[in-house]
Amino acid sequence: MVGNEIVPEGGVSHYLRYTWKKKLIMLGLLGMTAVLALYAISAGSAELSPWQVLLTLFGQTEGQSQIIIWSIRLPRVLAAMVAGIGLAVAGAVMQNILRNPLASPSTLGIAQGAAFGAALAIIGLGAGSTPSTGGGALLINNPYIVTIFAFVAAMLTTMIILFLAQYKGVSPESMVLAGVALGSLFSAATMLLQYFTNDVNVAAIVFWTFGDIGRASWGELGIMSCVVFGSLLFFLFNRWNYNALDSGAETAKGLGVNVEKTRQWGMFFASLITATVVSFLGIMAFIGLVAPHLVKRLIGGDNRFLIPASGVVGALLLLAADTLARRIIAPVVLPVGAVTSFLGAPLFLYLLVRGSKLR
Amino acid sequence: MILSVKGIEFSYSSRTILDKVGFSVQKGEFLSILGNNGAGKSTLLKTLNRILLPKKGSILLDNQEVSKLSRLAIALKMAYVSQHYESNRQTVFDAVLLGRKPHIKWEATASDLALVQGLLVKTGLKEFALRYLDELSGGELQKVVIARALAQEPEVLLLDEPTSNLDLRNQIEVLRTIQAAAKEKNIAVVAVMHDLNLALRFSDKFLLLQNTKVFAAGGSEVMTAENISQAYGVSVSVERVQNQIVVIPS
Repeated sequence: MVGNEIVPEGGVSHYLRYTWKKKLIMLGLLGMTAVLALYAISAGSAELSPWQVLLTLFGQTEGQSQIIIWSIRLPRVLAAMVAGIGLAVAGAVMQNILRNPLASPSTLGIAQGAAFGAALAIIGLGAGSTPSTGGGALLINNPYIVTIFAFVAAMLTTMIILFLAQYKGVSPESMVLAGVALGSLFSAATMLLQYFTNDVNVAAIVFWTFGDIGRASWGELGIMSCVVFGSLLFFLFNRWNYNALDSGAETAKGLGVNVEKTRQWGMFFASLITATVVSFLGIMAFIGLVAPHLVKRLIGGDNRFLIPASGVVGALLLLAADTLARRIIAPVVLPVGAVTSFLGAPLFLYLLVRGSKLR
Repeated sequence: MILSVKGIEFSYSSRTILDKVGFSVQKGEFLSILGNNGAGKSTLLKTLNRILLPKKGSILLDNQEVSKLSRLAIALKMAYVSQHYESNRQTVFDAVLLGRKPHIKWEATASDLALVQGLLVKTGLKEFALRYLDELSGGELQKVVIARALAQEPEVLLLDEPTSNLDLRNQIEVLRTIQAAAKEKNIAVVAVMHDLNLALRFSDKFLLLQNTKVFAAGGSEVMTAENISQAYGVSVSVERVQNQIVVIPS
C-alpha cells in the first residue's frame, strides 16, 4: 500500500478551491455588512443619501450632515458592529472550549450577573439610569458607576465559573449548567432588589437591561474596540488549538495543546468581551448563540474560518437588528435587545430544522 | 532506544492501575501491549505521552524525560491515537491537516498540504477528502485518525486499540498501513491490541500485562501457550498455520 505513488496535484487544488469558497462567502458577508452600514448611517429622521454619507466620511462636506454622521450615527453603527463581532466570537469560542452548542454570552449567567451589578448600583448607590435615545424621561445620575458595577459583577460570575471548573472539577460540558444556575441566582437577586425599591428605580433597572446601542459614544466605542479586537487576535492565534479541541481533549493533548490553559484563557477573554459589551450597552440575547451556528451551517466548523466569519455575521445581525429597531416605528426607537431576541429565536429554530452545508 | 520506560506506577485514589511497569522500544519496532480488560493497557499508553501523569517512574523519549518536556515538544516526537475519538463537522482533509498542528506556526504551508494529500492517498481516503467526519463509517474514521497521527511525523506512534471497530478487511488494511509507515519512516509503534492473532502477525515485540503488572515481555518467544493462558486466565494452544503463529482458545 505504501510506495512512491505520484501525489496527484488535483487533490490539493481541490482542497484549496474548497477553502477559497469559504473565503469568498466571508467576503460576501463583509460586503453585505458594509452596504447595511452605509444604509444605517444614511437612514434616520434627517434623511441623507448614501452618496452624502460617503462624501462626509471622506471629509468632503461640512455642516449639518457632518455633525449628524460623526457625532450620532457613525458611533452608533460602529458600536453595533463592534458589539456584534464581540458577542459572536465570544459565543463561537465558548461553544468550542465548553464542548456545548448552547454556550453563549447570554447562557452562562454573565449577562444576568451584569444586570444584577447594574441593579445594585442603581438602587444601592442611587446611580440612576444611563442616558438613552428612547428614554429621555429617565434621570441620568451616574452612568459610569452603573457600568463599572455591571462589569465587576459580570467578571465575578466568570471567576465563579472558572473556579468551579479549575478547583471543583466541574467538567467543561457541565459548565453551561453551572452558568444557567448562576444566571437564575442573579435574576432572583435582581428581582428581590426590584421588589424592595421604588418604581423609578425599577424602571431604571428594567430600562438598563434592555440592550441599547445608542448608549455608546466615541469613548465607550474605543474601550469596546480595544477589548473586542484584542481578544479576537488572541482567539485567532489559538484557532488551531480550538480545532484540535473539537476532536476531544485527549486527541488535543496528543497534538501538543495545553488543554487546560487554552480553556481558561479562552473563557477569560470571551467573558471579558461579554462583560464589556453588556455593561456598556445592556443585554442583547441570541447574537452570541445564533451567529456561530449560522456560520457553521454556512461554511462548517473549522475555527480558522468560523471565528472571523462569526464576527462578520455577528456585526451584520446586530447592525440589522439595531437599524430595524430604529426604523420600524420611527421616530420611536425600540430596545435592540428585544429585537435580537425576536429575530434570533425564529432564526435559531430555522437553523435547527434545516441543515445545509458547503462542500 | 527511542522510548524507554522504567518503574511506572499509577493509581486512581487507592486503586492501583499500574505497578512498576517498564519496557523499551527501538525505532522501527512494533510493540503490542496485551492483557485482559482492566489490566492497565490504556492507562499505560496514556501515561507515555503524559495525558495521565504517573505517580512514579521515568519515561525517556529520545533520552529526554517526558515529564520535563512541554506538550508541544512531546507532540513533535510522539503521536497518540485515542480509543475514543469524536466525529464532528470537519472535513477529512482538515482532520488530517490537524496532525500538522505541532509543526504549524501561523498557517499551513504548501508542503503541509502536500503531505496530507500524500497520506490520504496512502490510506485510501483520497475519495473522501472533502467529506465530513460525521458522514464516515467506523473504518474510514479510524483511518482518518491514524492518517492524522502519521501527519504529525512522529518518531513514536501510540495506538489505543487501532482495530477495535473494524471489519476483517479494514483490520488488515489499517495495520498494514501502520506497519509500512513504521518501516518506511523508522517509527516505533506502541499499540494496545485486543486481537492476539493480529498482534502476533504484525508486532515485533510483546508486553503482556496482568493485573497491573508486567507478566512477560519480549519477542514472539514469550507468546507461548503457557504465558498467554496464565496472563489471560483462559487455557489456549498456540499453533503454526501457514507460517503464522495463531492462538486458539481451547
